[in-house]
Amino acid sequence: MTVQKAPREGFSEALIRLGKQYDDLVVLDADCAKSNMTNFYKDNFPNRFFNIGISECDLVGTAAGLAIAGKVPFANAYANFLTGRAFDQMRISVCYSNNNVKIVGHNAGTSAAQEGATHLPLEDISLMRSLPRMTVIVPADSLEMEKAVEAAYHFEGPVYLRVGKLPVPIVTNEDDPFEIGKAIKYRKGSDVTLISTGIMLDETFKAAEQLEQKGIQAEVLHVHTIKPIDVEAITTSAAKTKRVVTVEEHSIIGGLGSAVAEVLAEQQPTPLKRVGTNDRFGVSGKMPELLDFFELRAARIAKTAEELIDIALVK
Amino acid sequence: MALTSERKEELTKLTKQIRRHIVKMTHHAGSGHPGGSLSATELMTVLFFDHINVDPQNPDWEDRDCFFLSKGHCTPVYYSVLAEKGFFPVEELMTFRDVDGRLHGHPCAEHIPGVDISSGSLGQGLSVANGVALAAKLDGKERRSYVMIGDGESQEGQVWEAAMTTAHYNLDNVCAIIDWNKIQLDDFVENVKGMKDFAAKWRAFGWHVVEINGHDLDEVDEAFREAKRIKGKPTAILAHTVKGKGISFMEDTHKWHGLAPNDEELELALKELV
Ligand SMILES: Cc1ncc(C[n+]2csc(CCOP(=O)(O)OP(=O)(O)O)c2C)c(N)n1
Ligand SMILES: [Mg+2]
Repeated sequence: MTVQKAPREGFSEALIRLGKQYDDLVVLDADCAKSNMTNFYKDNFPNRFFNIGISECDLVGTAAGLAIAGKVPFANAYANFLTGRAFDQMRISVCYSNNNVKIVGHNAGTSAAQEGATHLPLEDISLMRSLPRMTVIVPADSLEMEKAVEAAYHFEGPVYLRVGKLPVPIVTNEDDPFEIGKAIKYRKGSDVTLISTGIMLDETFKAAEQLEQKGIQAEVLHVHTIKPIDVEAITTSAAKTKRVVTVEEHSIIGGLGSAVAEVLAEQQPTPLKRVGTNDRFGVSGKMPELLDFFELRAARIAKTAEELIDIALVK
Repeated sequence: MALTSERKEELTKLTKQIRRHIVKMTHHAGSGHPGGSLSATELMTVLFFDHINVDPQNPDWEDRDCFFLSKGHCTPVYYSVLAEKGFFPVEELMTFRDVDGRLHGHPCAEHIPGVDISSGSLGQGLSVANGVALAAKLDGKERRSYVMIGDGESQEGQVWEAAMTTAHYNLDNVCAIIDWNKIQLDDFVENVKGMKDFAAKWRAFGWHVVEINGHDLDEVDEAFREAKRIKGKPTAILAHTVKGKGISFMEDTHKWHGLAPNDEELELALKELV
C-alpha cells in the first residue's frame, strides 16, 4: 500500500523546519490558518506569523512590504481567492516591483471538494503563468512539496506554489532531485510521452502501466515547474515518441497543456492531446467523486494516448 | 405593529425546524458550515417569512425583492429557508453537497430557484445589492435589496467600497444585515483582525444603523420595519448573535464554523431542538 499524506502537511512541516533555520522567514494567512496548516507555524513562531484576516488583496500587499524590508514572506490563502482577487496586487506590488514574495495557493484543484465551484481552483495556474517574473510550482505529493517549499525559500523572486488539502498517495521518492525548472523523467518509453503535473502523477503512472499491458511504451515526464517550463526535456521526449498527452488537475486552458502546446508548436511540432478539466465550472463532491466527474483518471489518460497513436498511424 | 404572540409562536417553531435541517444537512454531507447558519436563523426566518416580497411559484418575478447571501458558506440556513418557503421540495435538502445534486456547498444562481447570485467568495454581495437597487430607482420600482454579510467577511475591502456606493447614491432601498457573531474561521474576530467600533464605521460611511439582538424575534421584526421607514439613506442592521446558537456545544466557538456533526453529535443536537 502506498502511503497517503496531504500536501498541506508536507508544506506545513517544511515551513517550520525552515523557520527554525532562517529568522527572516515570515508567514501570512487570510483567516484560513487552521485549514492551510499555517497555524502550526504560528505556534512555533508567534512573532513571525500574521493573520491579515479575510483580506486577500491586503495580504499580498503586506507581503510585498515585508519583502522590501528584507523578510521572506510566504502569503497563504485559498488558491482561488488569492489568485483571482489579489491578481493585481501580485502583478504590481509583487512581480512588476520584483519583490521576493512566495504566494501559496491552498485547497488546490479537486481538494476543495464539497465546497464546490466557487472554491475549486481550476484557473489559478493559468493566471499565475501569465504574470511576468512569476515562477509556478505544482508538486506531485507531500514529499515533493517539502522540497518545493525549501527551493522556493532559497529562490530569489516571486513564486507561486500550489498546495492540495486532502491526502493523496506519495509517489515520489526521498532521493529524487528537485530543481526549479527541471522536469523529472520517471519512466522511459518510445511510443508516447505522458506529461503530468501536480497530483496527477499518480494516475499518470497507472495509465502508463495500463498502456504497457497493451504493448505501448509510455514515457512519463513530471513537470513540477510549469514556469519556467523545461523546454529541453519536453522537446527531446516529443522528438523521440512523436506523441504527447498532458495531464493536469486544472483547466486545459492556460495551464500545463497550454504551456506544453506552446513549446511544441514553436520548437518541435508534435500531435498533442490535453487531459484536464474542460472549459466549465466545478460542482460539489468528495475528492474521488470529483476526479471521476472530471474524468481525471488513468483510464482516460490511457485512452487518450491510444487515440493519439491511432491517429498517427492512420496518417 | 409588533408581532402577535401567535405569530411569534409560529416563527419560533419554524426556527427550530430550520435548525434541525441545518444539523441534518451538514451531517448528511459530512461537511459544511453550521456555526454561521445557526447564528443567522432568526434573521433569515423573519426576513423570508414576514418581510421580503418574493413569490416561490415565480422566482424570477421582475418586481421581486432580492436577497443576496454574501456570506455564501451559510447555505444550510439559506437552502432550509428557501425550501420551507416553497422554492423547492424540503426533501431535497438531504441532497446537500451531493455530487449529482444542485444544492452545492455554496449558492449557485444558475440551478437553484430563489438564488439570484452565486456566492462563496466573501465580500461581493453588497455591490450586487447596490446594482439591483440602482436599477429599481431607475425603473421607479418599489423593489428592495437585502444582503447578509458576516462580521469576518467585513474585513474584505469590497464591502467598504460598496458601502460608500450605497450611501453616495442614497439607496434607501438597500438593507444590509450583518450577522455580528464575533467569530470567523480561525478565531474570534477580535483576535484575527478586530473591527474596533464597528457600528461607528457604518455610521461614518453614511448608513442608518440599527443595533439589535439577532435572536430576538421582536427586535428582528422591528428592525426590518425600521429599515423600510428610513428614507434617504441605506440601513445596516447590526445583529448581535451567537455563532452556533441553539445547540449548546456549538455555541460561541470557531470550532463549528466549518465542521459537520457526526452521528452522536447529530443525536445530541436534535435532542436540544425538540
Ligand atoms: C474571499 C474569501 N476568502 C476566504 C474564504 C474562506 N472562508 C469561508 S467562511 C470564512 C469565515 C467567515 O467569517 P464570517 O464572515 O464572520 O462568517 P460567519 O461567522 O457568519 O460564518 C472564511 C475565511 C472565502 N470563502 N472567501
Ligand atoms: Mg462571524
